[in-house]
Amino acid sequence: MSDHKNDESSSTGSVPLHGLLAEYETPWQLVDASKKVRDARYQRWDTFTPFPVHGIDRAMGIRMTILPWIVLVAGLTGLASAILLQWWTNSFDYPWIVSGKPLFSIPANVPIMFEMTVLFSGITTLVGMLMLNGLPHPSHPLDLKERFARATDDRFFLLIEASDPKFDAKQTRALLETTGAAVLDEVLEDRVTSDRLPKIVTYGMIILTTAAMIPLALAAKARYTKSRDPRIHLIGDMDWQPKYKAQRQNPVFDDTRAQREPVAGTIAVGDLREDDHYFRGKVDDEFARTFPFQLPLTQQTVERGQERYGIYCAPCHGLLGDGRGMVTQRAESLIDSGRGRGMAWVEPTNVNQAHIAAQPVGQLFDTITNGIRTMPAYGPQIPTEDRWAIVMYVRALQKKNGAAAAPAPAPTPAPAPPTQTPEPGSNAP
Amino acid sequence: MDAVRNDNPFAVAPRGDNPFAKITDNVSRIVEAERPPRAWYIAFGIALMLLTIFLSAITYLAWEGIGVWGNMIPVAWAFDIINFVFWIGIGHAGTLISAILFLLRQNWRTSINRFAEAMTIFAVICAAIFPGVHIGRPWLPYYMMPIPNQMEMWPQFRSPLEWDIFAVSTYATISILFWYMGMIPDFATFRDRSKTAIRRFLYGIVAMGWRGSSRQWHRYERAYLILAALATPLVLSVHSVVSFDFATAQLPGWHATIFPPYFVAGAIFGGFAMVVTLAVPARQLFGLKRIITIDHLELMNKILIATGLMVGYAYGMEFFVAWYSGSMYEGFTFINRAFGQYAWAYWTMIFCNVVTPQLHWFPKIRRNPWATWVIGVIINIGMWFERFVIIVTSLARDFLPSSWGYYVPTFVDYMMLGGSFGLFFTLFLLFCRYLPMVAMAEVKAFHPSVLSHGHGHGEHHGESHDAPVAAHAGH
Repeated sequence: MSDHKNDESSSTGSVPLHGLLAEYETPWQLVDASKKVRDARYQRWDTFTPFPVHGIDRAMGIRMTILPWIVLVAGLTGLASAILLQWWTNSFDYPWIVSGKPLFSIPANVPIMFEMTVLFSGITTLVGMLMLNGLPHPSHPLDLKERFARATDDRFFLLIEASDPKFDAKQTRALLETTGAAVLDEVLEDRVTSDRLPKIVTYGMIILTTAAMIPLALAAKARYTKSRDPRIHLIGDMDWQPKYKAQRQNPVFDDTRAQREPVAGTIAVGDLREDDHYFRGKVDDEFARTFPFQLPLTQQTVERGQERYGIYCAPCHGLLGDGRGMVTQRAESLIDSGRGRGMAWVEPTNVNQAHIAAQPVGQLFDTITNGIRTMPAYGPQIPTEDRWAIVMYVRALQKKNGAAAAPAPAPTPAPAPPTQTPEPGSNAP
Repeated sequence: MDAVRNDNPFAVAPRGDNPFAKITDNVSRIVEAERPPRAWYIAFGIALMLLTIFLSAITYLAWEGIGVWGNMIPVAWAFDIINFVFWIGIGHAGTLISAILFLLRQNWRTSINRFAEAMTIFAVICAAIFPGVHIGRPWLPYYMMPIPNQMEMWPQFRSPLEWDIFAVSTYATISILFWYMGMIPDFATFRDRSKTAIRRFLYGIVAMGWRGSSRQWHRYERAYLILAALATPLVLSVHSVVSFDFATAQLPGWHATIFPPYFVAGAIFGGFAMVVTLAVPARQLFGLKRIITIDHLELMNKILIATGLMVGYAYGMEFFVAWYSGSMYEGFTFINRAFGQYAWAYWTMIFCNVVTPQLHWFPKIRRNPWATWVIGVIINIGMWFERFVIIVTSLARDFLPSSWGYYVPTFVDYMMLGGSFGLFFTLFLLFCRYLPMVAMAEVKAFHPSVLSHGHGHGEHHGESHDAPVAAHAGH
């Protein structure tokens, strides 16, 4: 194209020569030129192309980069870090017990091992490539050549630096002239671009760095000082939630109750206590004289009653039912020794008395359920079936102690009451 | 193809006296133009409007709590996770094009890989937002990272949800690195062509002083190959891990070993559909028809047929396994899926994903850009419904009939779905305007004039290779 002999810019002053630049129109011209420069054993030279030209590595004698090995090391580091991280956090520092799984097992940790291997390798690939290539590289003497801008567009360049030990202004030029370069040009060292950062950048960085220290300084100060103030709640809804707390009003509902009323006209499953005989010991508003049909009249029931009697009744009424339980004995010993000054004690009822033995079983059940005089109600504590079992045991005690009541309890349970609906789930006879 | 239109400055032929300069001009003039075509402004306005809706919905959600969504037990996962899986799946095609097709020496990928990669990154951004906000306290997602803290609390590394955090964040990081590295030479081109100091400064910063040195190209190409080799298993792992979120649960309809390959195939299917959806208007609008040709669209449509058949196979195999396993719960779930209360969603999915792609068997349809675009949109709809079907139908009918329910999305759900498209298209349109939409250096390297010429290894000029595309891929 143009005559390269015209570009004699080295005579324009004392600026030293950076190198010789040859421009080519096609990549294959550049590849051929590269072979010649390579064979002439130049060392400090390079080619510049808008895209990776195939085969130029070999034409220039570029050796394989060590980048893959660096990436391999980084990948293994990522793998080891992942194993260490998962082992240390989940099985050593804070052993996580989940579903009886082993604290550390490779299969469950493979996904994160894989991801961290790839992450470390990928970042190292880019950073390693940039560092090996000396990037970022803000300024270069070639930037002063206007035609060199086409190196990223459609032209192909070859630069032999003047610092090459074999560089000789005449010989090198002669060599490049044989390669069919479209333009051959001298590149001068860059004496135009300043090496100094602009002042605004310098001051800006100082100010930003200083400002970046402020939060760190505040954090460090907070770490080494004590304060009586509660900690700052940036988002407080986790700490102050509208919810019921014990012994408080419930802010969630208008009626401030925590326990909600059932829907009007409904009864929870199992709460339908229609059977008066079983749940209240009454038949037609009179105390029942028979045991309800739900109660099996068996040895096990009596034994169950004996066990429950021992737990709930014997402390006061005594194991024999004579009212001489441990609580009574203790009270009397306190009064007798004078330590129980001002204390009064009413002895619990002897259940073997004739008038008690004469009571219908329904009445005994009612007494246990609702209490009488100083005796509290045991209905909330003892399940219905157990209360009936206790009644049965008391009857057995009365019989044993000869408190022959007027009519002994009927030997057979009452027939299933026809007017009552049996409680669902209860054992029918 | 069509006549020069007055309102589009890119409809004319690119300038340049050689093929390389033409490629440079064809891509660079989009960024260098005084103003983009009017259609860009219209699209950008709509995208910004949707983005505003998205941000308002997220603000409202953070203020009010996730009760504003329609999620309700038993359907505890709904639009949030559907949108997450949908977007993360979209991203997969970008990595497939940039990494797997690179390793397979499919050089036609060079014209579409850049904006497919951009699509990947924007889709991953959209995806990452949904799990971030669905945790209920969106200011606490850092709890999922292993950060030392005063509570001595560490993440549970045996949970697939934790694997998700690592898989998606690694995927996002590697995709951005890959994308950025690919753009460095093109940024250098923009820098060297810039007419103003500020443009030269900004593109100069991101180009990092790239001057196209062959010694740098050598390491660059090696790094590109390594990243491609890393991204290939990564992209397969990401959707596999996403599928573990479901497959490791014991819910019928989720608990299936077919899930990882099924999800990956579906992701590539949906992602390619999104690539053609974006490519057809972009090549029209920005005058890239010489670079993204009908042949490229046809190749992508062929991939859509292949992956569509894989997805269809997975749908059938799920039914087969439900029957073959003899599990009454599995059986019920799949019968219910196809004929139950969500049958409309199931058959929408079958129509969009299995029936529609079959149209591409006809060359006339798969070589027609706008038919391609319509089918791409339909497939995207279908792939969204696939995730809806998997997630919602399985949850709505779980083990206890007393807790069965019917999921109805709320207005906020729709705002977030539509709004996420606003975020995606805002980012994509900004990318079209300010970043190199086509990998110029890669396209030049595989230009026929380079490939058909003798190129080293001692050959002389003029010796042409018989199989230009296949023979020149290796480095």
